Amino acid sequence: MVVTKTGATETDWHAGIFRALKAADIRQIPYVPDAGHTDLILRANADPVMKAYPLTTEEEGIAAASGAWLGGERAVLLMQSSGVGNCINMLSLIAACRFPFVALVTMRGEWAEFNPWQVPMGRATQGVLELMGVSVRRISDTARAETEIAAALDDAFLGEQPVAVLFSQSLIGRKTWVK
Amino acid sequence: MTTTKPSAPAGHNSGLAQGTLDRRAVVRAILQDRKKLLVVTGLGSASYDAMAAGDHPRTFFLWGAMGGAAMVGMGLALAQPDEHVVVITGDGEQLMGLGSLATIGAQKVKNLSVVVLNNNHYGETGMQSSHTGLGVDLVGIAAAAGFSWSARLTDMAGVEALRPRLHRADGPGFACIQIAADEPTRVLPPRDGVYLKTRFRQSLGLAPI
Repeated sequence: MVVTKTGATETDWHAGIFRALKAADIRQIPYVPDAGHTDLILRANADPVMKAYPLTTEEEGIAAASGAWLGGERAVLLMQSSGVGNCINMLSLIAACRFPFVALVTMRGEWAEFNPWQVPMGRATQGVLELMGVSVRRISDTARAETEIAAALDDAFLGEQPVAVLFSQSLIGRKTWVK
Repeated sequence: MTTTKPSAPAGHNSGLAQGTLDRRAVVRAILQDRKKLLVVTGLGSASYDAMAAGDHPRTFFLWGAMGGAAMVGMGLALAQPDEHVVVITGDGEQLMGLGSLATIGAQKVKNLSVVVLNNNHYGETGMQSSHTGLGVDLVGIAAAAGFSWSARLTDMAGVEALRPRLHRADGPGFACIQIAADEPTRVLPPRDGVYLKTRFRQSLGLAPI
């Protein structure tokens, strides 16, 4: 069980997401870390066949996921909403080659946000993804997490389309700024 | 306040002089007798050079995604650990993805090599000087990022010696090849991304979806 900084337990719904990733045989997890992805990154690191690796910037993960597919592996990119803006031009690679693509994006700047610098990109996240041709879904209810992720993985790897799943900031909870 | 024209740091540019090698001859030599080599080429001249050396289903030519060539190579190399992957790209393309050298170095991707054709310029856009022409040392950056080997090559003997190295799994490796800043006649690869993807996967025995 993982206890977040806010004290909430994340075990169950993250376990469900990880189950969906395993069921879809995801092998590569490039990521720029976010507190909301901590549990998934721990699980991926502990998995014997998954390769989870940190990126210096999110667009690296789009290129890596494309390379993975060229080599016959499925990848899922983890990032925070602030990283979506870094990805814009690299998403051309996904569109031009019709690569399957899945990004799991934890939202900032939309719910109980302490940091105004997170707000502009948080507000633009969905629009930016849609402008670049990525199908956007949102998880606001932990009970739906596994089902939604499984559907996104099917849409990407069976339906050959790019998909981003946004995790509402309210799922992750308030960030504790002063300890 | 006075401004000065940027120049290479003193004492730092001995290896960074403008190269003289013919880029087409370099890429031909790298890809000669390529066996099962998997190749990713960065947009622009590197793709034209690889095409001039001969079209091949195991070459994935990028026409965009600037800064992404090395990471396409990394994702591919992780997916195909028993194959050898070579990324061939230009100095400008690699400079846009400098962080990817840190990502590759951190993961010690053994079956991946990155070959930069360094002409010190942005050839596609009017031959403006690039950072390497202003003294930035990509070989040093790759070494500092954790690449297992990192070399600057200034003659064809060095390029010939590089070729077998690309077929070994002691990477990640990095080679910066000092080429002339010229623009040979463009030899355009296919630019249909779906076609390039599908034939590449097919060459690895991967079925269409």
